[in-house]
Amino acid sequence: MTALLSVDNLGKEFGGVHAVEDLSFQVEKGRIHSIIGPNGAGKTTLFNLITGLYQPTSGSVHLNGRSLAGHQPHELAPLGMCRTFQNLQICMNMTALENVMLGRHRHLKQGTFTSLFKLPALRRADQQCREECAELMEFVGCGQYIRHHASAMPYGALKRLEIARALAASPDILLLDEPAAGLNRTETDALREVIRKIADRGITVVLVEHDMKLVMSISDQVLVLCYGRKLAEGTPEEIRANPDVIDAYLGNRHSREEATA
Amino acid sequence: MSEAIPQSPPRVRATAKWPGLTVLAVVLLVLPFLAGNDYHYDLMIKIALTAGVAVGLNLLVGYAGQISLGHAAFYAAGAYGSALLVSHYEITPVPAMLLAAVGVAVLAWLVGRPILHLKGHYLSMATLGLGVIAAIVINNEDQLTGGPDGLTVAPLSVFGHELSVFGSYQLFGLTISGTQVWYGIAAGFLFLSVVFALNLIDSPLGRALRALHGSEIAAQVAGVDTAKFKLRVFVISAVYASLAGSLYGYYGGFITPNIASFTHSIELITIVVLGGMASTYGVILGAVILLLIPQFLTGFQELEMVLFGAILMAVMIFMPRGLVPTLARRFQKEAP
Amino acid sequence: MFSEFFQFTFSGVTLGAIYALVALGFTLIYNASHVINFAQGEFLMIGGMGTVVLMDAGVPIYFAIPLAIAMSGVAGILLHRLAIAPAKNADVVTLIIITIGASIFLRGLAQVFWGKEYHALPNFSATESINLGGAILLTQSLWILGIAAVLVTALGLFFTRTALGKALLATSMNKDAASLMGIKTGAILMMAFGISAVIGAAAGVIVAPITLTSYDIGIMLGLKGFIAAAIGGLGSSTGAILGGLLLGLAEAYTAGYISSDYKDAVPFVIILAILFFLPNGLLGSRAVERV
Repeated sequence: MTALLSVDNLGKEFGGVHAVEDLSFQVEKGRIHSIIGPNGAGKTTLFNLITGLYQPTSGSVHLNGRSLAGHQPHELAPLGMCRTFQNLQICMNMTALENVMLGRHRHLKQGTFTSLFKLPALRRADQQCREECAELMEFVGCGQYIRHHASAMPYGALKRLEIARALAASPDILLLDEPAAGLNRTETDALREVIRKIADRGITVVLVEHDMKLVMSISDQVLVLCYGRKLAEGTPEEIRANPDVIDAYLGNRHSREEATA
Repeated sequence: MSEAIPQSPPRVRATAKWPGLTVLAVVLLVLPFLAGNDYHYDLMIKIALTAGVAVGLNLLVGYAGQISLGHAAFYAAGAYGSALLVSHYEITPVPAMLLAAVGVAVLAWLVGRPILHLKGHYLSMATLGLGVIAAIVINNEDQLTGGPDGLTVAPLSVFGHELSVFGSYQLFGLTISGTQVWYGIAAGFLFLSVVFALNLIDSPLGRALRALHGSEIAAQVAGVDTAKFKLRVFVISAVYASLAGSLYGYYGGFITPNIASFTHSIELITIVVLGGMASTYGVILGAVILLLIPQFLTGFQELEMVLFGAILMAVMIFMPRGLVPTLARRFQKEAP
Repeated sequence: MFSEFFQFTFSGVTLGAIYALVALGFTLIYNASHVINFAQGEFLMIGGMGTVVLMDAGVPIYFAIPLAIAMSGVAGILLHRLAIAPAKNADVVTLIIITIGASIFLRGLAQVFWGKEYHALPNFSATESINLGGAILLTQSLWILGIAAVLVTALGLFFTRTALGKALLATSMNKDAASLMGIKTGAILMMAFGISAVIGAAAGVIVAPITLTSYDIGIMLGLKGFIAAAIGGLGSSTGAILGGLLLGLAEAYTAGYISSDYKDAVPFVIILAILFFLPNGLLGSRAVERV
């Protein structure tokens, strides 16, 4: 099986500090691949490197065999990659549905004159997009907010709204940055189902997450980062049994419980 | 999408635009019956043209969240451009106006490219600089522009018929004055400005523009080339200003460098923030208020600036979203 | 030939010293509060026009000047109290428009109460000009350079030697940390506006004998001072002074060698060129956007 996403010897320095150092791993198509690690392990930096928000100091990232080096963030959606953010990036000046429709951006016509005159073809395409996006909102479980303004939605629903927006771009690979942070148990359980359903659609998922129970219950592969380096990689069972990982997490009562559960 | 979409009637529709547009059309049609004299018409024509510019500027400032402190330059470029094309190249007024708009679009594209990657203070600085330079050029190139003395503009003519303010015309058996014809032109311009702006805002392009304001990062991740879209809305808003400027020149028959001044740019931005950032109907109200204030100050003209400054500060401090959006929100909250 | 060059340079440095003072005012407020104060030019106007009006009322010049400068200081403090402080958490565009509103408001008040006429202040020295090897130098320019140097030095000492100055620096670097350390940041911000207004007014007074003064003198001086501050990278005092001098010289050489019609355009052309090629100013640091 070939790797969909391949990270090779990736490194990023911020003024002498190595946020990510000599990191290599591969994500196979159709899998749920989780990245865990203590705070400051470089997980979000890794996401920002993969999605072009940061330029790496060394190493490379390949998607479907194509190098992502030098790509602007906006060029990744057409290549089939989309992501969500740990600290939400929702457009609060738009409705919930419009936020999702924004995700469909690259599938719709953007011509200035077509838009000014709102030609029938555009109108039809936009209406279809609207319905598809409403469907997506139901798919991720925030269907009750279809008619709401984004600014009127609770935090948990906004997290799911962001997933819907990412899905609207019809990505091959979806990067989720701590989707469960700030969610309660019930919401997290619902989220687990959403991630499963996304994977069932054949979309590869890369998940950065602190919630061990969530990670261990849905991941095919788990990568453990520590101070920007790879500490361990393997199936949830392998990770659970790995002494290095238990060491790194020792002292974190919550995680230790999860790891030995 | 993999699942089949059920063939039921659509559950989600775009917000209808016709109620707002109908109200606007009715107001624009009723106003002439309330106008008592040519002075009222003159005021309404000026308000309509200015509101048109503001509707365009609002696309840039209110919706896309970028700032321009030099938009008067595009207005003046439209006015002087079309006037000079008519007088120097014997182009008829309507094509001259369109040609000037194309020229302004190219100009806005050229200057917008390097400055629109700037943010906040630096973007305001750059647009301000462009505006001031334009005003200085118009003031100093007096052989072409007439300098501070101003420039006489040939009246608008359509199919060889001159549309002068002083004329009198027969339409469907009715006798209407030149001022009334001009009111029709200005009202039509405003109405079309609003239609186009509303279409744009509610299109995929408009969503991308609003996302620039909401979250540039979200826009980028969705595949929006943010630099390109900032440039596009900058050009679109400059064309709005150019067309209004051309019409203003044809209507008044005389233009001065004042229309390019920093003060005029500030006036335009004030209208946008006063009436309502990201509210198309709001900025029309903003234009009405701002241009009516001097009318209520007859005898106290000196107070105009004091009042103007005080309003600007008070609105930005107490309702930074502007009048209409703030009031609309309050109203929605009070409603059950 | 050389005397001509010398004369242009001298008038450029004089003009530059004024721009530098305006730019320092911008920098001071920007550092303390991240506000670009578009009403900075109006402080110059209050200084110059205030002195004129007080002198017309019979106040001798040596009282009129400090009074007018104090008046501007009060205006600066009121600006912060009444317009900036109430707009908590406002975004950049909102704050820009508030200060533009304030500038129009102050200009309007000056127009209502002090009139629209242009006024001149008398030279500070009895002799108006001296001839130096063919170059005619205005004695007022020497006053401007001297006073500007004193003000800049005093400001430097204030920041490095006094507790208040250090508190202001601390506030500008990290407001939250400063307030945790017991610094009353609200009072400090108000002081920054006050000092900035005082510097501006002083510049407005010393330049008035050369350029005349009127209610609307602040627009161009303010904009050019803003450009000088932006050239220096917004927030760097050294940058503001260098930016001011650069603008003054460029303007004087343009007026002398090219065309005096376009001298007012020079600062704006320079800033556009800089923004095209160096988006963070000459001495500004590159900010990294955090995600």
